[in-house]
Amino acid sequence: MSITAVVKKNTYFDSVSLMSISTRANQLPGVEQAFVAMGTEMNKGVLSNLGLLTPDLGAAGTGDLVIVVEAGEEADHTALLAEIEDLLVQKAPSARGGADTVTYRTIDGAARAVPEANLAIVAVNGAYAGREARKALENGLHVMVFSDNVPIEEEVRLKQLAHSKGLFMMGPDCGTAIINNVALCFGNAVRPGTVGVVAASGTGAQEVSVRIHALGAGVSQLIGTGGRDLSEQVGGIMMIDGIRALADDPGTSVIVLVSKPPAPAVQDKVLAEIAGAGKPVVVYFVGGSEAAVTAAGGHFAASTQDAALQAVRLGVDAHAAVDELAAKQVDEVCARLAPEQRYVRGLFCGGTLCDESMYALLEVSDNVWSNIQKDPGRRLTAGSPSVGHTFLDFGDDDFTNGRPHPMIDPSLRLARLVQEAEDPQVAVILMDFVLGFGAHEDPVGVTLPAIAQARKIASDAGRHLEIVGYVLGTDLDTPDLAAQVAALEAAGVTVTRSSTETGRFARETARKAHRA
Amino acid sequence: MSTQATSLFTSDLSVVNVGLAMFDRDLTAQGAQVTTLDWTPPGGGSPEVLAALDALEDPRVAERTDAANAEAVDRIIGARPMLVGFGRAIDVVPGMTPTTILHAGPPITWDRMAGAMKGAVTGALVFEGLARDLDDAERLAASGEITFSPCHEHDCVGSMAGVTSASMYMHVVRNETHGNTAFTNLSEQMAKILRMGANDESVIERLVWMRDVLGPMLKEAMEIGGPVDLRLLLSQALHMGDECHNRNIAGTLLLTQALTPALLQTSFTTEQKKEVFDFIAGSDYFSGPTWLAMAKAAMDAAHGIEGSTIVTTMARNGVEFGLRVSGLPGNQWLTGPAQPVIGPMFAGFKPEDAGLDIGDSAISETYGFGGFAMATAPAIVALVGGTVQEAVAFTRDMGEITTTQNPNVTIPALGFEGIPTGIDVRKVLATGILPVINTAIAHREAGIGMIGAGITHPPAAVFEQAARALARTVA
Repeated sequence: MSITAVVKKNTYFDSVSLMSISTRANQLPGVEQAFVAMGTEMNKGVLSNLGLLTPDLGAAGTGDLVIVVEAGEEADHTALLAEIEDLLVQKAPSARGGADTVTYRTIDGAARAVPEANLAIVAVNGAYAGREARKALENGLHVMVFSDNVPIEEEVRLKQLAHSKGLFMMGPDCGTAIINNVALCFGNAVRPGTVGVVAASGTGAQEVSVRIHALGAGVSQLIGTGGRDLSEQVGGIMMIDGIRALADDPGTSVIVLVSKPPAPAVQDKVLAEIAGAGKPVVVYFVGGSEAAVTAAGGHFAASTQDAALQAVRLGVDAHAAVDELAAKQVDEVCARLAPEQRYVRGLFCGGTLCDESMYALLEVSDNVWSNIQKDPGRRLTAGSPSVGHTFLDFGDDDFTNGRPHPMIDPSLRLARLVQEAEDPQVAVILMDFVLGFGAHEDPVGVTLPAIAQARKIASDAGRHLEIVGYVLGTDLDTPDLAAQVAALEAAGVTVTRSSTETGRFARETARKAHRA
Repeated sequence: MSTQATSLFTSDLSVVNVGLAMFDRDLTAQGAQVTTLDWTPPGGGSPEVLAALDALEDPRVAERTDAANAEAVDRIIGARPMLVGFGRAIDVVPGMTPTTILHAGPPITWDRMAGAMKGAVTGALVFEGLARDLDDAERLAASGEITFSPCHEHDCVGSMAGVTSASMYMHVVRNETHGNTAFTNLSEQMAKILRMGANDESVIERLVWMRDVLGPMLKEAMEIGGPVDLRLLLSQALHMGDECHNRNIAGTLLLTQALTPALLQTSFTTEQKKEVFDFIAGSDYFSGPTWLAMAKAAMDAAHGIEGSTIVTTMARNGVEFGLRVSGLPGNQWLTGPAQPVIGPMFAGFKPEDAGLDIGDSAISETYGFGGFAMATAPAIVALVGGTVQEAVAFTRDMGEITTTQNPNVTIPALGFEGIPTGIDVRKVLATGILPVINTAIAHREAGIGMIGAGITHPPAAVFEQAARALARTVA
């Protein structure tokens, strides 16, 4: 052990800085003990007690800085002293920080500090989401609850509170909205326009907005009400408030309503709002009743495509049109199938996309199984093998429990794709690929290896396996819609042009495969 | 509906984003203003604590609580603590006896005391002549003949070990607004001193001098000079760069300035007067305890308001951290383990030498200065990590867990905002932000003294207990 001491004459540091410097000096590699202090009587006393007080140090005054380093014989004392002296030269703190990096821990704090804040996105564990949403509403903020697993009683309380305050309480279980041309959570880049949408379905809302964009029109506001809004318990509180808001909005010329099948009483209540809207209202409730919609003065839509088309015709461009599915395309696929290849398997990220295709197939067959089947006798769970025509919504709670949404984490769906390819009865596998904000950065790219594997399994067994893919997105989205489509086509996938067309394709191949 | 929705549709979107950082990027890319929270589950995620918090935040309950808290902070802000005199503990402190030893923090028995507190207790017993030497003092302390009691239960606060015995001189601080009085003993200045656990002859000698010269001279000076408005001095000291807990340079100058004319007129010899001024000049800590008594006088006035969730006491005995809340009247202590103090140490000491958090001095933060006012004391940012921005962030964070700002005590660098005032148990749990406490570090062993300074926090458990206890009172 050896000791090096230096006295820096007339060099003042305050005691707090010196404590901090001493602490850091003692942490330098190689330092056994370091002492950095002013040459006060007290400090010289400490040095004396430690047996370190040399005559030089004893002569130091209160205005002199004393540095003493104890280190191993082999240590480079000069270098250690230099390192300690570096510690004395504090770099001026950078100008970063200050007001623009202030962080807030609570909605209360943020709302106080940002008075112009007008909306909160809540994406925390469902056990806490209700509390955060309530805080936001109490602070006068509109709310989008992205979280799943919010108890329905809590949703009702929150929506009643929101309604009483004249605020939107969007979600839970439908993380899609476009407010003032800004997509919230899961959403696509669509052009601004005059079509207003109120949707109790996330991907249903995305699909309708994307179709509207594809028709050359745009969206004024898209209000995502939450997937359970039209249930008996919630009673359509937000859809009704949404209709009224869009009815009052001068920027909206036509209104589209989208939902999975609503509770009948709630459907009546919602439809009763249509007459007073003073604007055309197009209604697409999956599997809904045309008579009820028409009787209420609404425009019935049989599909997402139809809903977008009617809305654009009613509010923007009377001559808007879409291409029909070519029968030839279906015939070509069916011609390549073996007789035992009879079934469609749909592997979906989007709940409404899954529902829409499933309902299309239900028009030609009862043998349709799904984890979102209305008929409990034909309902599957996440673990059960496919039966007949099977449609799986990988975004349903059964699959997402404890893991991210399949629009972000595709692993379960990829495994299922390979599994389905092993089944000699499978004719067509349907898949959706959702682009846009919040979604996976390359949903097609991440699936291509599994597609190749599935096709190889089938071809090794001497079968043709038809994989049909639909990419939900616009030319303004990232990643690029055209590139995603091209990548699918290059992999031998048949690409459809809408959710509705995907369903029709499935229905027609099923019909023809059954006949064969 | 229409008004709110219309105003949303016609405003620029400004989003508060809670939970997923990726939405911040998406929204920013679309040109929306985004404020993303640094969010953690409230109540530490415990369902029981969350239930208590929900009960306290129920709108009907919250309305009463908010009113009670408004009253509590009114009293804190409105308190006008005046230094009115000095006197021996036995003469001025309620419930004091010749064999009473007051200590910092919540109640504790001799056998469980931290090393620093044991060192201070034995030193005090020798100083009082109750024991021949330190060994004898240990025997006496363990004998059951000595009454140990928390300072806080006697209108007192004691810094570090807080050990206060009958013949020690005390500040007498009267709250002119509410009529209550608070006490604390005199500063022994820094390092090797009784309140830090040191107890050798030099320590006892100093205490004797303080009892025989400093204390009586201060007492006489107050009789000549009259009351000193402490809140005013505190406010000035903050403007001069003290936070008045770990930095007391300006405050000491101000207090000395106020006392000096009267000190000069006392009946003591010039040599004794010089001793007193040398003592004051010997460290910057002379005014440290004075602010503690000031804060205590204000906080006691806010204690015992039905339904209030405002913290009125944070105090530590070196083993346990103790909390008292206004709505839980009297001496209902909520306790949890005392925490380590993180900060630089004097040369020659290492973190393993440090005792745990100790002292009643956290009354500073309970009132709103000390760690809560770090933004006003750039000279000691080394204690909190190094940059002025970090110091400002401490004060801003404390603003999130307090009820209001004290307009009588302000921070120039923050546009003369008042210090964050009235720690609300509900807000601590809702934000997950714990109060920050600036404090000294005493050695873990008896007899050594101060070895550093830094910051610490209460254990979250004391706030969780408080929420449950408060929820029971409103249920």
